[in-house]
Amino acid sequence: MSPTHVRRIVKPIVFVLALEPFLWLVYNAFFGDLGVNPVETITNHTGIWTLRFIVITIALTPLRWVSGFNPLTRFRRMIGLFASFYGTLHFMTYFVLDQSLQFTGLWDDVVKRPYITAGFTAFVLMIPLAVTSTQGWIRRLGGRRWNLLHRLVYITALAAVLHYFWKVKLDTTDPLFYAGIVGVLLAARVVHRVRRAAASAPVPVRREA
Amino acid sequence: MLLKKAPDLRESDVTPRSWYVRRREFLQAAGSAAVAAAAGATAPLFDGTATALAQNPDAQKLTGLQKSPLSTDEKLNSYRDVTTYNNFYEFGLDKGDPARYAGSLKPRPWSVVVEGQCGKPGTYHVEDIMKWFPLEERIYRLRCVEAWSMVIPWVGFPLADFVKRFEPTSKARFVRFTTLVDTRQMPGQTEPALPWPYVEGLRMDEAVHPLAILAVGLYGEVLPNQNGAPIRLVVPWKYGFKGIKSIVRVSFDESQPRNTWQRVRADEYGFFANVNPAVDHPRWSQASERRIGEFFKRRTLPFNGYADQVASLYAGMDLRKFY
Ligand code: HEM
Repeated sequence: MSPTHVRRIVKPIVFVLALEPFLWLVYNAFFGDLGVNPVETITNHTGIWTLRFIVITIALTPLRWVSGFNPLTRFRRMIGLFASFYGTLHFMTYFVLDQSLQFTGLWDDVVKRPYITAGFTAFVLMIPLAVTSTQGWIRRLGGRRWNLLHRLVYITALAAVLHYFWKVKLDTTDPLFYAGIVGVLLAARVVHRVRRAAASAPVPVRREA
Repeated sequence: MLLKKAPDLRESDVTPRSWYVRRREFLQAAGSAAVAAAAGATAPLFDGTATALAQNPDAQKLTGLQKSPLSTDEKLNSYRDVTTYNNFYEFGLDKGDPARYAGSLKPRPWSVVVEGQCGKPGTYHVEDIMKWFPLEERIYRLRCVEAWSMVIPWVGFPLADFVKRFEPTSKARFVRFTTLVDTRQMPGQTEPALPWPYVEGLRMDEAVHPLAILAVGLYGEVLPNQNGAPIRLVVPWKYGFKGIKSIVRVSFDESQPRNTWQRVRADEYGFFANVNPAVDHPRWSQASERRIGEFFKRRTLPFNGYADQVASLYAGMDLRKFY
């Protein structure tokens, strides 16, 4: 696939697909049905899609290693920004409809409720990532520092999973499923790093047992 | 408070069913068209009225219902709200699962075993139980421990009348209720989501309080399966999980029963479970609630707004300790 193909054809398709959960919300809010408790539907829908996009974001690089399909890297920024987009919708649903835009209520929850503390951590850490996602910022920060900063996404992913796990009343199957994926993706990074270090390090002399 | 709108006389009573169904469909279609035209209006998001009449055409009507001065005059939640958004883990953990899967429950014939510290233990058919007492409509607020609430027109009779009929002895200090266990009728019970059967209990003075009822219907009809057919408990000043559904056993006990949620998560759910905005759930606040159908949250009232009637039951008790 040539870079032009990716830019002209694949990217717009991915964009529209990634927008689908949002379009679903808008469509159902006006013409369909968001169920008996629409606020809950909106909160849960935007929450789960935020998590899914976070997971896809951190999956792209390991998938590239496994598949050797390099164009995957080109979607990191867009998918990451979609994660922030759904995260913002999710947070605003809570802030407007649960807290009626009261900062004191928000802060009370953030300090008192572990699941909100975790969710808020995940969300706040996404903000600098979204802001610095442009070419300009990559240049300004320099690749090394930019990469370091963008490792925050792992903390976001862990905090997000924790948020989900602490939120459910009884059935932890789904949170554990996502926790598993995040765990595997983090492990893949570590393994990759160790391998690369081993490959570039001088081969140690083996001792006979 | 006594003479409010008459929810027992509904459009469905004075209009042949096929007519109003068709008219309703027309109105809904017209409504969506109007909304499509007036993009930006958020009305359909939160409008329960269009479906308020969408009741079960096959349901048996309950007639001759008495009104109760204990009913609230707040706006009712629609039939759809009440019958499609349920916590009834015997049919699955999703709020929509009970409406989807409760068809497998067979609420007739049904018998209830009464046992324990009482003069007249025995096994009774629910059809007979329903004839023992005049049925009343009781419009109550329901506050779920998950911080949402509804207003529901139950049909039932005072639990006190039921209890007294069996002549509990002086040793009967608690009443314990048990739900059916039958994986064929209640497919959710194949999962160990909760330890089955579901068990709930009340202290005797709570059980004989005039607000506590056994419900056998809602919206003037026989109780839908997903709402706990054929007979369930309603204790409006307590969190919804105290309202045990599809009861097969009532026992008069000497000691305090361990209710299911207390057994599962004792730090989060207690025996009393009185609605209390001052005592938070360990993971979320109980200070406010979302009334289904409303955008913003409203403040939660002590004892779900029934404090005048029931607070005296708990005089001298530390409600932080006995949550
Ligand atoms: C990156 C950040 C976040 C992610 C990935 C995330 C994800 C989720 C998920 C997956 C759910 C559950 C959906 C379900 O049960 O189906 C959820 C629920 C929820 N989240 Fe978040 N969340 C994030 C940030 C936040 C923030 C910042 C807040 C508020 C400060 C928040 C408040 C809530 C609330 C109130 C619920 C619903 C609780 C309920 O219905 O009882 N979340 N979130």
